[in-house]
Amino acid sequence: MSGPPPPVVIPNFGGASKCVTNNDLFCADWVQHNWGSTLQPALLEHLRLTLIAVAIGFVIAFAAAVVARRLRFVEHPFTLVGALLYTIPSIALFQLLVPFTGLTETTVEIALIGYTLLILFRNTLAGFQAVPEDVLEAARGMGLRGREILWRIEVPLALPAIMAGLRIATVTVISLATVAAFIDDEGLGSPIFRAIQSNVFKTELFAAGGLAVALALFADAFLVLVQRLVTPWARRERT
Amino acid sequence: MADRKAAGAGAAAEIVFSHVTKHYPGRRAAAVKDLSLVVPAGEICVLVGPSGAGKTTAMKLVNRLIDFDEGDITIDGRSIRELDAVELRRGIGYVIQQIGLFPHMTVGDNIAVVPRLLGWPKQRIRERVAELVELVGLEAGDRDRYPSQLSGGQRQRVGLVRALAAEPKVMLMDEPFGALDPITRDRLQNEFLRLHEVERKTVIFVTHDIDEAIKLGDRIAILREGGVLAQYDAPDAILASPADDFVARFVGADRGLKRLALRRLSEIELDSPNGIPPDAPRTSLQTTIRDALSLMLTEGAENLVVVDDSGEVAGLLSVGRVSRLLAEP
Ligand SMILES: Nc1ncnc2c1ncn2[C@@H]1O[C@H](COP(=O)(O)OP(=O)(O)OP(=O)(O)O)[C@@H](O)[C@H]1O
Ligand SMILES: [Mg+2]
Repeated sequence: MSGPPPPVVIPNFGGASKCVTNNDLFCADWVQHNWGSTLQPALLEHLRLTLIAVAIGFVIAFAAAVVARRLRFVEHPFTLVGALLYTIPSIALFQLLVPFTGLTETTVEIALIGYTLLILFRNTLAGFQAVPEDVLEAARGMGLRGREILWRIEVPLALPAIMAGLRIATVTVISLATVAAFIDDEGLGSPIFRAIQSNVFKTELFAAGGLAVALALFADAFLVLVQRLVTPWARRERT
Repeated sequence: MADRKAAGAGAAAEIVFSHVTKHYPGRRAAAVKDLSLVVPAGEICVLVGPSGAGKTTAMKLVNRLIDFDEGDITIDGRSIRELDAVELRRGIGYVIQQIGLFPHMTVGDNIAVVPRLLGWPKQRIRERVAELVELVGLEAGDRDRYPSQLSGGQRQRVGLVRALAAEPKVMLMDEPFGALDPITRDRLQNEFLRLHEVERKTVIFVTHDIDEAIKLGDRIAILREGGVLAQYDAPDAILASPADDFVARFVGADRGLKRLALRRLSEIELDSPNGIPPDAPRTSLQTTIRDALSLMLTEGAENLVVVDDSGEVAGLLSVGRVSRLLAEP
């Protein structure tokens, strides 16, 4: 069965500094020493977990929104499933999946994807629904085919809403993915768990936690930038 | 050269409705009922009538945004049922009241949509866009602006030339100037007529404003509730002899005056200018008879001196002459 990883002692790399042995609030020397071996790999793993979850979640939610845009009756069932996945406490959802997919990264990704669906679906669909009727009418009347209308008109016009959804989903997943170390020992959750189990080793806890927060802020800022680039028309107002 | 003309660049096409009926499912009355009319190539046909008379429906049948149940519509002799709907639409300019510009595309890109779909070479598209932007009185710099940066009148101009971009033979226009203020509307109507002189298309123009219909139409089709054609004729003929009470009411009690507004002093015979009263008011040959009459009434004059562009006296207009014109069939 799953459970917390076995307790570890505060890593002792030769002469541990006084700061580390005292378990002071933050020891820069420890961070420096363990950056390459622990923190950086954990950060990259975390980023990978997040990217995979958001990417797959987006593909599913986008496809569902494309269908729901025309077939209204699809909206409710999908929203319901999404909402259910979204509201199950993360630890419980992980545990529910373990019997099927084991203590693996697959389990982690499935759960993380589950959390993105509702947000991404709702936002993408709202983006489609906000496309003005007269714009669609003009597009049809000018002889654009269904697929051309989707990719040239509806998707570009839904981009602000889609990007807003991606921002929320990404930040949510970055935060939730720390809990994933409970199942699969990777990502920034891994050093956090280890720190908690070694009598709450403050430096490692703050360093890893701080990295998770920084990653979330950075990702959000990056997505804002992307949004500006892909929707130049949304910013300029009449002068 | 001759080949290019034959291939349809800038050419117009005849549109024929024969016994066309459209019933919306779940509706008792037909939206368009047994409609038959011919729009000659290069003419402007205005569909006019009260709300719900089926004007929009009749117009959208032509580009198959709505499919009809019975009858047939042909463009240049070919039934539109035989054509692929998308191909058909790409050959028809389409302008709607809400304009429907694509907000994420610049003015230039909006205009270039259909030429791009048709695979025109880049250079030709660029030239066409530049030509149209100029033709409609926008500045070259406006090409790179987004629709949200334009005024309502400018947007409607862009909507108009966007529909013209791929040199369609046919234009469909649904109340394109309906949402504009009277001054802008008047200006756009004039621009539209000027454009029509330059690029002659067969136009089906929907409005519920009889004055707009009289001003723009070569022919007017008046529809009544239930999509029935009440009268189809030239504006002057409709004003002179309305087919029935409905048409007479629709064109208004002032139809005589409206009719006078259709003709300019240059188009009628004037009295000889012998014995010009020294204090008679003057006006130019380009004045409409209606405005000339109004001038006489406001000045309290029996006669009006009409002068040509160089200021020479061309003739005399009397109130009596005007009322005789009104009596003409
Ligand atoms: N999609 C539709 N489904 C059912 N009925 C419709 C539909 N569109 C129009 N109708 C009905 O068909 C009739 C004709 O409508 P249409 O829009 O062609 O009128 P219109 O002359 O353009 O009116 P308006 O001046 O108000 O635009 C109306 O009774 C209308 O309610
Ligand atoms: Mg209408």
